[in-house]
Amino acid sequence: MDTLLVYAYQVAFSFSIFILISLGLAVIFGMMRVINLAQGEFIMLGAYACVVCTAFGLPLWLAVPAAGLIVGLIGIAVERTVIRFLYGRVLDTLLATWGLSLLLVGLVTTLAGPQSQSVPADLGGVSLGGLQVPAYGLVMIGSALAMLVGTYALWRFTNLGLIVRGTMQNPEMARALGTNTSMIYMLTFGFGSALTGLAGALLVPLFGASPTMGLFYIAKAFIAVISGGPWPLLGTLSASGLYGSIDGIVSFAFSSVLGEIAVLLVAILMLRLLPQGITGRLRKGL
Amino acid sequence: MKLSRRQFTKLAGGGLAFASLPATLMKAGLAAEEPIKVGNILDQTGGLNIYSMKQIQAVAMAVDEINEGGGLLGRPLELVFYDAQSNNQLYSQYATQALLRDQVKVIHGGITSSSREVMRPIVQRFGGLLFYNSLYEGGVCDRRHVSTGMVPGQQLDALCPYVVNELGGKKGYILAADYNYGHITAKWLQKYIRDLGGEDLGVEFIPLDVSNFAPIIARIQEAGPDVVWSALVGAAHISFYRQFHATVGKDEIMLAGTTYAVGREQLELTPEEGEGIVIATSFVDDLQTEAAQDFVARFKAYTGEDDFIGEYGEYGYRGVSIWAEAVKKAGSAEPDAVIDALGGVSIEGAGGLYTIDEQTNHNTMNIHIARQGANRRFEIIRSFEQQPPVDTQLVCNLIENPNDTTQYVVEVE
Repeated sequence: MDTLLVYAYQVAFSFSIFILISLGLAVIFGMMRVINLAQGEFIMLGAYACVVCTAFGLPLWLAVPAAGLIVGLIGIAVERTVIRFLYGRVLDTLLATWGLSLLLVGLVTTLAGPQSQSVPADLGGVSLGGLQVPAYGLVMIGSALAMLVGTYALWRFTNLGLIVRGTMQNPEMARALGTNTSMIYMLTFGFGSALTGLAGALLVPLFGASPTMGLFYIAKAFIAVISGGPWPLLGTLSASGLYGSIDGIVSFAFSSVLGEIAVLLVAILMLRLLPQGITGRLRKGL
Repeated sequence: MKLSRRQFTKLAGGGLAFASLPATLMKAGLAAEEPIKVGNILDQTGGLNIYSMKQIQAVAMAVDEINEGGGLLGRPLELVFYDAQSNNQLYSQYATQALLRDQVKVIHGGITSSSREVMRPIVQRFGGLLFYNSLYEGGVCDRRHVSTGMVPGQQLDALCPYVVNELGGKKGYILAADYNYGHITAKWLQKYIRDLGGEDLGVEFIPLDVSNFAPIIARIQEAGPDVVWSALVGAAHISFYRQFHATVGKDEIMLAGTTYAVGREQLELTPEEGEGIVIATSFVDDLQTEAAQDFVARFKAYTGEDDFIGEYGEYGYRGVSIWAEAVKKAGSAEPDAVIDALGGVSIEGAGGLYTIDEQTNHNTMNIHIARQGANRRFEIIRSFEQQPPVDTQLVCNLIENPNDTTQYVVEVE
């Protein structure tokens, strides 16, 4: 029973990391089809925004949403100045966002220095099945779930969500019905960026903030969203669940090296067996 | 990106020293002489730059000080800096470039063992000289390679008995970075722990980009060691100290590190996250000797920065100083002449007396055991005078086999 509980925590923790780093991408790439190679750097910006906010005296639980807001605004600025000219031009977007990622890494290194920084959560550990786990790990798991459910509810049950989904499905028709699609694209990109920034801020207490941290996450985020398939949210959820379980179980039972290998191996198998992604066979949906 | 010495000094904030330099050279009548070129290949950017930043400045400071003092053999030094961007391919490219195009007389540089192993064959092929100013796993037996930093025979020889016998760390759990440094250091740790009557409950190798230590910390708790030995490397691994503090805490299980503080990790953690970690070092800023405090003061004045310098910063200054002493002894800056003169070269450095061991081209130095106390300061617990590189001496004899270029790996059962 105890071992089961420990496994459950490992899986849930890995799962929450996958959800956090890929949810923003699920919106930006999964829904909008924008290949944003600067996604990892948006995570990094969220982490730094959180560090800066706490340096200005904000408590951590306020600094995290503030960081999401800040990165959301940065995302809107990026959409207005770069992305909006490149919709539908996949290769150009790829180059532009890659350049953006290099720029952001350079900028943050220049401003904040190459060292990593952190904000302690000071929650201590809690005992789980005889083992200590960081209480903040539970906060991360809870936040990841809340972000997932919140995003689903926003898209599924609100008017705005309906308009956004309609615009992504058929922008011409949406425009013909009087929707300001340019505005919707901007808001959606901003929302995806905000989710990404929020994730970066949530990672800070256990993983710190450093200018090159985006590199550690970008590949995993794309793997999760791509193998999720055409349903951005359900796909990301199921892919994160799959990879999180593999990573959590294998890393704990054997070693972190094997955990990483197992995730990549399964990702390759998934692309071979389900090239359309986990949700590829399903009718179109969220 | 290649940065000339001048550009670099400007960037490093050593503007004052820079401005006064041409004048000093003129006064000394040196400007007319052809300079001796000194190459420095380190990571100013990329994931491993936490180890290089201070060393880049320290090498520049050592070169500037030598020039202010009249240069070497009546000639000024010219520093050529190459930013290897934490990329081993660039180490190979720049080492070739330094030796062939820029004709440097010595290369100082390399941080990871893999970067050193990339450069060593190139230095060998073109008849150069490499000063590797870094702590590493030991065993390199090569006359064109000089190791000025600690090897396990020095560091662990001091640290392990203290932790195992005096702190009661009988049962150890080893975490090491997943490349040659970590693998060989882990073997040494196992050997020392077992020889002392202790037990190693587990050894784990962690890839350099892993930052989620949750499964590892859970396994550590299941094993229930007295002490966790960390030979972790790089920016991602710093997360371990954060997550360990948030989970188990050092009151439950002690932490001893072979690489901790070397990359100035304690500055990136909160004071609480780092407090209590035990290390063995040949130089920390808190070393209360006149030489150490003088070095710290000069470095701070030179860079205009007020933060922790640490072992790797001092290594850069140490490397250039030892090389300069050997050049004086040889009466020539040509690599082969300097290599012949290196054995027994000795200087009074910031961490005490440094002497190059002729048999191995490694450095005999003082080793200090230190513990991180409050406010990120280190308390020196004990010092060991003049520790020779015993591990490498066991396997390497350059006096008898001058053509040896092997890196020996000591078999540890």
